[in-house]
Amino acid sequence: MNAPAVAAPMPVLDGWFTLDAERPQLLGNRCARCGTVYFPKLKSGYCRHPDCDGDAFDEVPLSRTGTLWSYTNAAYQPPEPFAQVDKDAYRPFAIAAVELAAEQMIVLGPVVDGVGVEQLKVGMTMALKLEALADGKLTWKWAPAGAMA
Amino acid sequence: MSRDIAILGVGMHPWGKWGKSFVEYGVVAARAALVDAGVKWRDVQFVSGAATIRNGYPGQVAGATFAQALGWQGAQVNTSYAACASGSQALAAARSKILSGECEVALVIGADTTPKGFLKPAPGDRPDDPDWVRFRIGITNPTYFALYARRRMALYGDTLADFAAVKVKNAAHGYTNPNARYRKKFTAEDVAASAMLADPLRLMDVCAVSDGAAAIIVSSVDYARRLGKAGAPRVAAVSTVTPTFASALVEMPDIATDSAIAAKAQSFRAALPAKAYAEAGVDPADISVAEVYDLSTALELDWIEDLQLCPRGAAARLVREGATTIGGRVPVNPSGGLACFGEAVPAQALAQVCELTWQLRGQAGARQIDNARVGITANQGLFGHGSSVIVKR
Repeated sequence: MNAPAVAAPMPVLDGWFTLDAERPQLLGNRCARCGTVYFPKLKSGYCRHPDCDGDAFDEVPLSRTGTLWSYTNAAYQPPEPFAQVDKDAYRPFAIAAVELAAEQMIVLGPVVDGVGVEQLKVGMTMALKLEALADGKLTWKWAPAGAMA
Repeated sequence: MSRDIAILGVGMHPWGKWGKSFVEYGVVAARAALVDAGVKWRDVQFVSGAATIRNGYPGQVAGATFAQALGWQGAQVNTSYAACASGSQALAAARSKILSGECEVALVIGADTTPKGFLKPAPGDRPDDPDWVRFRIGITNPTYFALYARRRMALYGDTLADFAAVKVKNAAHGYTNPNARYRKKFTAEDVAASAMLADPLRLMDVCAVSDGAAAIIVSSVDYARRLGKAGAPRVAAVSTVTPTFASALVEMPDIATDSAIAAKAQSFRAALPAKAYAEAGVDPADISVAEVYDLSTALELDWIEDLQLCPRGAAARLVREGATTIGGRVPVNPSGGLACFGEAVPAQALAQVCELTWQLRGQAGARQIDNARVGITANQGLFGHGSSVIVKR
């Protein structure tokens, strides 16, 4: 007898991050010539560094943790394609800009449910997590590293 | 040899939500600018239109659309699209034509009708479109302004009261401006009572979108002399530089900066006026008035520092001291800024130049700055577009 199939959660964007439930990572790519990292992955095939002729790229997972550069929230429900809920059911969520030291870049993302702006402070360490949007699709989110198991 | 061109006339259609075609607004502004210049429409040799892509045809053919509406008279034509900097790019096109001797007098014009409701991406799944991606995960335009504002609070100790002070100052400036859409004085309490939009920014910290039009008649300095307008304000610089890799800030609609592994991180906003200062041979200390793109109250503080009107981090103190208020050392947004106008994208950069022109001529009425001699504008929009214009007399 077969157990009923449980559908694996689908990512909101294919190939943008690993689906490792414990230690997810964003997926970028890196110019083999100058080392510049791109997130999202550069698809043109030509490095954007003005002095670099690089045209070969390797997929790289980005650092799982970084420093909170700044933060805000969405007090009103963002418009589509953000997955909509009833106006009354909408709860503001925080948004973080996190600086990754190795990649020397800042990456935005929503903050995990239950962590509001009052719990955030510029300079704190943030870690990557996966969490579902209202339509069940998984996205990357940032969480204060202290809150991680 | 002088690289200046003369501003003979300026005109605007008041900002608002009028429910009419952008063409009508543009004609009103153009006719006002022609009267102000004392130039006949038939004498205009080049029409330089600032386009918006929002309204589709015929918004995309701004130059020709306005030339036809004013009455075809055989002038050469050009249309510029550069998001919020479209007006400055149209001005740059006219300046090049004049300085190369291809024409002597030109009309530069921009007008917009804003769509109903909030801006959002077109339907359909487009994972390769950064604008679609950021809305998909809940990142809207105010997100970016709020991230910059919070960063100022963390780095420099700016407060919500500092941001509110910018709104209160701009509301007081625009109160008597006949072209402003919002003419109401606000208090810090009013700002604090408005709803939170994107923490730490409230609804009253962020600008609206509006209908409006601005037009400028520019000419060679020789032509101005022949008209008896040798003393007309001059355009001394038009900077429309693109960013330099690697970007230091996350810019709308991106979700990440460039990686600065192989190139130093650079500020785009600071580069815009730097080029204008170099081109005009003007020092930031010479500036008597500035019109900057206050998409948010906190962003006005960033611009004040990008314009080098004070050291990095000192803009809030400048506002607190009243230095940026009319009557202060270097008034910022005497027109009332976007706070009082709302943004009419292809017209806005030209509206900034109109205000500087009135200020430098001493015709700004109740919002007049004493002895304004050199003014600068600054703005930035999507897709690596931005501008800074210096006007002097």
